[in-house]
Amino acid sequence: MRIEPFNEIVTAFREQIGRICAQYDDSFWLETDESGVFPERFVADIAKAGVLGVAMPEIYGGLGLGLVEAAAIMQTISGSGAGFSGASAVHLNIFGPKPIEKFGTEAQRQAFLPPLIAGTDKMCFAVTEPNSGLDTASIETRAERDGAGWVISGRKIWTTGAQRANRILLIARTTPRDQCRKPTQGLTLFYADMNRAAIDAKPIPKMGRKAVECNTLFIDGLRVSDESRIGAEGEGFRILLSGLNPERVLFAAEAVGLGQVALARAARYAGERVVFGRPIGMNQGVAHPLARAWAELSAAELLVYKAASLFDANAECGAEANAAKYFGAEAGFRACEAAVLAHGGMGYAKEYQVERYMREAMIARIAPVSREMILNYIAERVLGLPKSY
Amino acid sequence: MKVLVPVKRVIDYNVKARVKSDETGVDLANVKMSINPFCEIAVEEAVRMKEKGLASEIVAVSIGPAQAQETLRNALAMGADRGILIESDMDLEPLAVAKLLKAAILAESPGLVIMGKQAIDGDNNAVGQMLSALLGWPQATFASRIEVQGERAMVTREVDGGLQTLSVPMPAIITADLRLNEPRYASLPNIMKARKKPIDMKKTADYGVDLAPRLKVLKVTEPPGRKAGIKVESVEALVQQLKTAGVIG
Repeated sequence: MRIEPFNEIVTAFREQIGRICAQYDDSFWLETDESGVFPERFVADIAKAGVLGVAMPEIYGGLGLGLVEAAAIMQTISGSGAGFSGASAVHLNIFGPKPIEKFGTEAQRQAFLPPLIAGTDKMCFAVTEPNSGLDTASIETRAERDGAGWVISGRKIWTTGAQRANRILLIARTTPRDQCRKPTQGLTLFYADMNRAAIDAKPIPKMGRKAVECNTLFIDGLRVSDESRIGAEGEGFRILLSGLNPERVLFAAEAVGLGQVALARAARYAGERVVFGRPIGMNQGVAHPLARAWAELSAAELLVYKAASLFDANAECGAEANAAKYFGAEAGFRACEAAVLAHGGMGYAKEYQVERYMREAMIARIAPVSREMILNYIAERVLGLPKSY
Repeated sequence: MKVLVPVKRVIDYNVKARVKSDETGVDLANVKMSINPFCEIAVEEAVRMKEKGLASEIVAVSIGPAQAQETLRNALAMGADRGILIESDMDLEPLAVAKLLKAAILAESPGLVIMGKQAIDGDNNAVGQMLSALLGWPQATFASRIEVQGERAMVTREVDGGLQTLSVPMPAIITADLRLNEPRYASLPNIMKARKKPIDMKKTADYGVDLAPRLKVLKVTEPPGRKAGIKVESVEALVQQLKTAGVIG
């Protein structure tokens, strides 16, 4: 496994993406964070560069590359100072359509993938529900057979990008839980038009990343054809699982990138800011937390690309992907926190960006899965300890 | 029409150049290198010509170390069709570069050469003009606009006090100024495709030209640091200070 330096293609990708991102400076992201306006122009530039199809097959307009390349791009975007405001604005189009690619029919792939890769279709992914949280098997959204199609009703929460999406990938229960052998059976995945006559999306005011909204969805009698069903009926949970590892790795890469830009700012500030007649970075009390953040971010980066390389080699990567997401998010957050503290009072001022980074860094600690569930996974699957829940 | 674009690998424009402690030059160890921004503008102009159907093939030529292949790949990702790398680890002077380019141009016989007006490392602004003289081709330097009309190129140049337009018969050497265009970002699919485009690897010896240095660098030093200013209380005090300093009479 070759991680640093990356191969020539990844290096060239990072350089070009870095140049595109450099056009979107601090004041741009500060403004989106205050106005909450989605960074359309930025996403259009990223889509034009061909980023959205990086991990999609070439026959549908993608580049046919893997998670290593996707993670490197997302780390670059986040690390440009765009943070999660920039990364989350494109994140979903990159690995969100994987279930369609892996489990859809050829007709579905041909119809659904090219517009997602071109960025003309925007999808949101509706899994989590207010009454189920991470216990996906207990979701209450129902899809009932109705003639040749289905009628879906229920509630979803934390659906990112639902205001802007024209397509929705959602999971619903098609067989009542008590009629299934296992609670994770009887769930089915659908990819449908974001029909706003039947789906009401309400943004959730939240801590950070104001420009990329998360929503509560109220789905009332959404009619979809059977051609909207992705994969076999009742297999939705298994399909969903196949996409979890890459999503975790991308979140980790984005968190590491954010930590790196926070650290770079803090190091610059600590080197320039003179108090008591010398730069504050000459004080070990300021320097050591930043040095520690560098060490942690570097370790997290190795985990990210180890997990991504395993995934690309079709090897089992659950433990590594989970560990990367856990450690990447923690290292990213701690770097942001150290950056705010190194800036002193200025760290609390929006002008210096790091407070925004720190608020955004919380996202990766919570989403798409909690730290506790990751530790449960490692305890059970890697260490062989009994399941606790 | 075949268009040939020379491109140079230089220290990245965002990098703060540091002088070596022995004052022999700029320290390039572990420094980020990129395509010279003016060369990038020249490539962009050639690609636009091809998109308009005015150019049929774009050949990018670089002279430099093996890593200059990446500079050529950059040009190929933007839309050049193939590359030629004349490998050299020497710090070649403008005349030597012009001689090598002349030889490469005679071998390729392009209908037009578009190149940066200067490289941001040496800031010599010399190769285009020397190349024109060596080839006996017309030159139009500092182009801010190029329009091909039949066998001639109409080239607008930014000169003191206004714009000058030259009409030059082709083949010609045109050097690109900053405002000629805004280069595109290579898309990721084009970066991938550029990996498969051919780069012809040459050695300086293949061209049999005299590369002997004629200039001697005495020393390279950092510009002197700016001295701190002073604040004055009033306009009168300012005028007095300026008079004392001999800036105004």
